[in-house]
Amino acid sequence: MSRPLLLVLIRGSALLVALLSLGVTLWTGVEERGAALAFGVLVLVGEVARWNGAGVREAAPLGAAGGLSYALLGEDAGRASHHGAFQAVAVVLGACLLGSVPHLARGEGQTLDHLARRILTVAFAAVCFQPLYGEGAFGDWIGPAYALLLLALLVLTALCGAVLAAASAHCRTRWPFGPLLREELRGLLGIGSAVCATGAVMALAVAVVGLWALPVFSLPLLLTQLSLRRYAAVRSTYRQTIDSLARATEVAGYTPSGHARRVAALSRAVGRDLGLTEPELTVLEHAALMHDIGQLSLVDPVPAGATAGLPAEQQRRIALLGGAVVRQTGVDARVAVVVERQADPCREQPLPARIVRAVNAYEEKARDAGPGGSLQALEELRLAAEYAPDVVESLARVLSRDGLTSPAMG
Amino acid sequence: MEAVPPRARVYVACVVLGALTCLLPLPASPTTWWAVALLAAVYAGCRHLARRNLAGPFYPVLLAAAFLLPPAAAALVPLPGVLFARVGQRPEGLRRSWRAAQLALAVWAASRTHGALGGRDAVAASDFPYALAPAGAAVLAFCLVLTALDGGIHALVERVPARRAWQGLFTRSLAPIGVHGLAGLMMAVLWRSPYGPVAALLVLLPMCVSWWAYAQYHRERAAHRATIRALVQAVDIKDGYTRGHSERVGQASMMIARELGMDDERVEVLRFAGILHDVGKLGVPTRLLRKDGPLTPEERRVIELHPEYGHEMVRGISFLGEARSAILHHHERLDGSGYPYGLTGGQIPESARVVAVADAFDAMTSTRSYRRARPIGAALEELERCAGAQFDPRMVTALARALDRHGWHPAVTAEDGVSVSPPVPPAADREEVRR
Repeated sequence: MSRPLLLVLIRGSALLVALLSLGVTLWTGVEERGAALAFGVLVLVGEVARWNGAGVREAAPLGAAGGLSYALLGEDAGRASHHGAFQAVAVVLGACLLGSVPHLARGEGQTLDHLARRILTVAFAAVCFQPLYGEGAFGDWIGPAYALLLLALLVLTALCGAVLAAASAHCRTRWPFGPLLREELRGLLGIGSAVCATGAVMALAVAVVGLWALPVFSLPLLLTQLSLRRYAAVRSTYRQTIDSLARATEVAGYTPSGHARRVAALSRAVGRDLGLTEPELTVLEHAALMHDIGQLSLVDPVPAGATAGLPAEQQRRIALLGGAVVRQTGVDARVAVVVERQADPCREQPLPARIVRAVNAYEEKARDAGPGGSLQALEELRLAAEYAPDVVESLARVLSRDGLTSPAMG
Repeated sequence: MEAVPPRARVYVACVVLGALTCLLPLPASPTTWWAVALLAAVYAGCRHLARRNLAGPFYPVLLAAAFLLPPAAAALVPLPGVLFARVGQRPEGLRRSWRAAQLALAVWAASRTHGALGGRDAVAASDFPYALAPAGAAVLAFCLVLTALDGGIHALVERVPARRAWQGLFTRSLAPIGVHGLAGLMMAVLWRSPYGPVAALLVLLPMCVSWWAYAQYHRERAAHRATIRALVQAVDIKDGYTRGHSERVGQASMMIARELGMDDERVEVLRFAGILHDVGKLGVPTRLLRKDGPLTPEERRVIELHPEYGHEMVRGISFLGEARSAILHHHERLDGSGYPYGLTGGQIPESARVVAVADAFDAMTSTRSYRRARPIGAALEELERCAGAQFDPRMVTALARALDRHGWHPAVTAEDGVSVSPPVPPAADREEVRR
């Protein structure tokens, strides 16, 4: 299926579900207004506190958990509840729309995709649970078995959510679907599991103590959300600092401007193509940013910072100096290893070091060559013995796929 | 705690005795042993995870035990997790028994308070919102006992006044323990509900994630600090004789900022401004920086580019805020004869005027290859002489006042450029009460 079609399908079905639920709910009226209002407020708070930073998997865990628990709510303080699947979706939709207003006003984030995913996952959970529950099909599931049933439903929902997220990311970025799905599934172990557990716990707790359970339990979860947010914030400042450390060689006139950032962006793309995981990609990116830092220890700059043309012995010396500097920076020790070994013979190198070496050489050869320089540089890399053939082939794939002859991201 | 003072040993022994007294009524009281065993196992597992991830304390399980079990049984729950965990710091036996006794006492007190207010019935009947009251009182008792015992050991080992040691601890730990208490209450209610312990254990998952994110945050922040320091070290490598200068300028800037009554966030930003003010020297050829003897006008012009280089390097780091303009303008003078732009008076950002004074002060009071250090008094006189023309008089007075009040104790900087942190108070498991 072509990519835009897939995206249209996802958004279209979300829109359809939303309109249908709204229509049915308006037609039949809202059951149990107190519960609907309480859960609506919970989702709203979660959405307003949403974090739109990059690299955050679940932006609004409180909103997600609140929506799912409303979809799976069977009892309220011992009395059976009667809101159906349609009302669950409609309430979550209303709260999400209201909660998106501040984000839209600030012009941030991919609100549309976020909304589509939220509606489809909540609808999935509600449709699995509410009709069967309404007919009394879960009558035999009492006590702990009921708790496990809810949990199983949520795990199923989370899996669907992961597929959905990977598909929409695939449409947006054109990165291969497999690794994206793997990343999403890995994310389920962390924040995803917390969202599932909280959804189940809230539904159960409301069944036992009534709506009092919501404020009592949402406070710890709000804390989770804040912790994650702070973590994301410090990650991004850290990344900026490493960026500027990388720029030191440029300011000092050792390397041309923007070289480190271009090598980092291209290395990341190649690493993703070769199936590295997200933590490995971070190590690769940091190493690529700092791969030239050893040159700071040289008294005289290498002409144009082009290390790929130097004798092997001197390349290795600069690499070792760079590794020593990186070790002092307190960055992950794996980054130092990659920087240190970027000039080793390619058969002995770890994969990230091979990637940095080949991408660096490509960047140096291609940048001055003008139009057609890209192909010529790739050809040179293919013929030279010191670059790993699999990496060079992946680089060629990435370049032809993204049209990144001179990547300008960062 | 290499050498534990005898009075601290006596104190620990007393606490252990107290904990044992709490456990005494155990054989006589009716106890659901499987619940004790399950909670103890869960707590031990969480503790083990915490050690691996260097995370803070984790009390929901203990508080749930206090809400569910009679006092003596609840006091048993923390013991296996603490007694069988690896400590890693000597003296291991003492630390273990101290920690176990402290937690046992705290849980006992919480359970006792909760029971006395009829909390156990409220939990069993899931009587909300009444159940919140005994739970709140129990959390208060737990926090009080924990911090009082901690404050005691701090006072004995480090000889800080007991009152001060305790106050800070209590206010810092109450909010996180309160949140843990809410999770513990939810656990207890679900445990007693028809859904049983399975549902109760689910409460722990989100708590664990929150906890993990918190630990990650701290790890990442430490790495970030180290990276900033590396930027400074890179300058030190090139410019040998200014070793430690950056850290000291950071400290002096911080003192001035605090004296001027700026808020904590701004003070921190100004500290970074001081630390990073010369980062642009990375862009100046090493030969020029290390040159002995007078510079030619051409060479001087090259060196005077360093504020602009520095600004170019750090402009992408958003958290530095106004520190970035301090780096760009720290060589401006009030009369307009400075560089790079020749700004005058109020055109110069306040942060840059702070750093300029701190920079000049440290340059005069530290030994350089070509001259000896001047005494602090002489340096201040020189600053006052140049105030108005070169420096902002407000900053100079602030520095003089701050030095008068706190003295000048620049951080000792080791040979390799790694600044030696002040000695960490050695009390057992300090991080347990922090959050």
